Amino acid sequence: MSTEILIWLIPLPPLLAFFIIMLFTNRSNALSHTIAVGSVLLSWLGSMLVFWRAFQASHLGEQPFQSSIDWLPLSNSAFRIGILIDPLSAVTLFFVAWTILMIFLYSVGYHNFGQPVGDRDRPGLPPHGATITDDKGHRHQVPSIEPMYARFFAFIGLFAFGMYALVVSDNLLTLFVGWEIMGLCSYLLIGFWYGKPSARAAMVKAFITTRVGDVFMLLGIAYLYSATGTLNFREIFNNPEVLSRLAETTSGFLGLSAAGLIGILLFFGTIGKSAQWPLHVWLPDAMEGPTPVSAMIHAATMVSAGVYMVVRIFPLLSAGMEHGSLTTPMTLMAFFGAFSALFAASIALAQNDIKRVLAYSTISQLGYMIAALGIGAYVAAAFHLVTHAFFKALLFLGSGSVIHGMEHGVLHTGAYIDPQDMFNMGGLKKKMPVTFWTFLIGGFALSGFPLVTAGFWSKDEILADAFGHGQWAVFITLAAAAILTAFYTMRQITLTFLGEARTETALHARETPWTMTTPLVILAVFAVAAGWTGIPEHFPAIGGLVQNWFHSFVGSTLSEEPGTLAFNAIPLLTSLVVALGGLAAGWLTYRQVQAGAPDPIQKPLGPVYSLLKNKYYFDELYDFLFVRPAYWIAETFTYYWLDRGLIDGILHAAAEFAWRLGSFFRNYIDKPVVNGSGDFVANSVKRIGQTLRVIQTGRVQQYMLLGLITIAAFGALFYYLMVFQP
Amino acid sequence: MVPLSWYLIFSAALFSIGLFGVLARKNAVAILMGVELMLNSVNVNLVAFWRYRTPEGIAGQAFAVIVFAVAAAEVAVGLALIISIYRRRNTVVADEIDLLKF
Amino acid sequence: MSPIQVVFILTAMTTLGAALMVVTVQNLVHAALWLILSLFGIAVTFVILNAGFLAVAQVVIYIGAISILMIFAIMLTRRVAEDVNPQIGRRWWWAAAISVVMFVGLAWMLGNWSGFRSPLPAASSGMDPLVQLGEALVSVNAYVLPFEVASVLLLAALIGALMIAWERRPG
Repeated sequence: MSTEILIWLIPLPPLLAFFIIMLFTNRSNALSHTIAVGSVLLSWLGSMLVFWRAFQASHLGEQPFQSSIDWLPLSNSAFRIGILIDPLSAVTLFFVAWTILMIFLYSVGYHNFGQPVGDRDRPGLPPHGATITDDKGHRHQVPSIEPMYARFFAFIGLFAFGMYALVVSDNLLTLFVGWEIMGLCSYLLIGFWYGKPSARAAMVKAFITTRVGDVFMLLGIAYLYSATGTLNFREIFNNPEVLSRLAETTSGFLGLSAAGLIGILLFFGTIGKSAQWPLHVWLPDAMEGPTPVSAMIHAATMVSAGVYMVVRIFPLLSAGMEHGSLTTPMTLMAFFGAFSALFAASIALAQNDIKRVLAYSTISQLGYMIAALGIGAYVAAAFHLVTHAFFKALLFLGSGSVIHGMEHGVLHTGAYIDPQDMFNMGGLKKKMPVTFWTFLIGGFALSGFPLVTAGFWSKDEILADAFGHGQWAVFITLAAAAILTAFYTMRQITLTFLGEARTETALHARETPWTMTTPLVILAVFAVAAGWTGIPEHFPAIGGLVQNWFHSFVGSTLSEEPGTLAFNAIPLLTSLVVALGGLAAGWLTYRQVQAGAPDPIQKPLGPVYSLLKNKYYFDELYDFLFVRPAYWIAETFTYYWLDRGLIDGILHAAAEFAWRLGSFFRNYIDKPVVNGSGDFVANSVKRIGQTLRVIQTGRVQQYMLLGLITIAAFGALFYYLMVFQP
Repeated sequence: MVPLSWYLIFSAALFSIGLFGVLARKNAVAILMGVELMLNSVNVNLVAFWRYRTPEGIAGQAFAVIVFAVAAAEVAVGLALIISIYRRRNTVVADEIDLLKF
Repeated sequence: MSPIQVVFILTAMTTLGAALMVVTVQNLVHAALWLILSLFGIAVTFVILNAGFLAVAQVVIYIGAISILMIFAIMLTRRVAEDVNPQIGRRWWWAAAISVVMFVGLAWMLGNWSGFRSPLPAASSGMDPLVQLGEALVSVNAYVLPFEVASVLLLAALIGALMIAWERRPG
């Protein structure tokens, strides 16, 4: 089968799975998950095949796999859509396929397939356990199967379709279509347990916040189309004339060039989708969804799509760049990215929920990628995107495994504690070894543990690029964020797995089944090995042993391949110090935390701690600035004043006017004039009759007299006329 | 020799007097008397014309004979009516016989 | 003034005077008697006009039958205190006016007629009006039809008068 046809077919199986599960196999859990996992397996297979061919192709950057069809008829041509696999989308396809497959497999176990139906489980609420009686008559609480099992697989199937469609598309429009489909699915899946009010609030928050970004992105797409007449990647981003023209035309807005304005508008879409400050508020709340969803959204697919898109449009963003000075969009990106990295990392320090830490960590790492792109480190950003997907997915699935284990303990002990609070955990290393080791690998990758983790290589490259291009502010900010990252990661690992169990529940935690641990292991392998594809050439000792395949492969996507930087020891030392130092500090601070004890950093930080814990009060600020006014506009302004007051008022006034007009017509025209004239005629006839009837006296002599008088008169008249006139 | 005009004036006067009697008298029988006078004036008129204008023909006299018969019949019926009314309403005053009024 | 004219004038005066009395006297019986006189005068006029048969017929029919009938009717419809009331209605001057107008109108119209002053044609000697009249009344070419119809009318009047005046006895 030709590669192009294969690429067209890749997004299809999950979509079909969605429809089939929704329409037909809804009731059967086994059939639904088989169809879902099978479909994603097919897509994975196709993706691997395509990737292999892409790997083997020479000059893929100049001759990518592409194919397009006429879709939207225009006046004398058509808007074409199609598929494009160049090096960037090939590596993206690789990690997307793997992570999605792992998440699907994980979900089977996460939603407790094979377990009995719960005692009080209802669709819309998380399962709460079933009571079973064993042969000895003891009653145990065991985890129960998710009531909406098939629905979950349908939704994540649609989600997978959206991501695949985004990755293989060759133009911004179908990319946007995939983008929006994922937005919809994140809405559906964050609020998967729609019975919980917090989930409902979170799903709306996620959708609306990303929507804000999407509006700007759509404006950018429209502007781009009107400026160039096309949305095709190859025609815009690999076309120097188009780019220079866009860089030279002014947009008339704040002195930006067309390229600058479009770049900024499209970047805003990424701010929303990849949860950068200031549109970061939805991502932590999105933890309301089931953990596979969090992994899907926050690691494998959705947030990665945001970064993928800005990486894709990098030529546009950097158009007009002269001799290493950053263009306006790039400066903005560097600022937003670096700021978000530090900002989110600081908040993660004070979070107690295991998933929330990872959420803020995601924001922080995405900030890294965007900052990297902002300073022009194209390959580094793409590299970090790939490695981050693997280890973040690993961390999220691992946290889901931890939560599952804790829930086992909750069911066993019957205690009402939050299974997601790290301060209720501890000592899980002994109870859940596989989870522990894989989580450790993931955590180290996140912190950038040297050499053996993928995160080290990608993070180091970003820091090196920042240092090498002389971007001191970015360098220092990212280094600070790195130290915080290592610190809170070790804090998380120590609190969760090391030491002694702090609650009964943690004591009774149990390892999760193979459907959940196998994906963890596989992802851990990638978390370790993925970095080795991108070892820089000039790295001491090992550089040059293996060719920096990633750099040359992905770099060839651009028209001019980015050059490699000379090796500099300072960024390397910095990343070593921050990583190892942060990890050590975290371990030392948290290893002695006892049950019921407060967070050790609470006292040293003082008031700063509550600021961090409350996420710098941004949610409250947005509520005050945006949400309350929106409610006011909807309720008071639109509903009371406009709808009931103005519109209904107009209607009432019209009705009143019509009534008055009608009354006026009735009382002043109809009754007096029309009725009056009718009555007048009748009355006149009556009165005339009454007046005249006196003639009829019944007396014959009178009649005769009258008759004779009349005859005499007429006779005289006629005689006069006949005889004298003619 | 009497000119025709005298007869005509005479019959006209008689006719007018009869008319006066019809219109002015209260008693129904008196009205009928007036009617008789009028009929007689007509007869005189007819015969005068016959004698003065067409004495060779006999149409005038024949007409007058018919008028006689009609007058007689009319008086008979009229008086029968008056008597019948008198029996019912006990009056023969023309003004009091006014049931056919508004 | 030839003698015939004098006779005529006297007759006319009598007739008109009697007629005036007919329409003015209070007592109805007197009025009937005056009517008889008037009718007699008419008969005389017929004689002057050489219509002898008509004169006799006048006397017989009018005076002999109709007047008597009227007197009968007067007597049958007499009320006791009736004669006291004036016999002329309130509107007598309207009637008088109309009568006068009628008379004047007739006279004037007749006066404008050319044949108003026609002289008396000579009476032809072979003329026998009576026989002629008799023949005319039964001749098919003449006036038999009016004659027969008049007789039917008389019959109808006879029966009609009987019916009208028939006194219905109770029971």
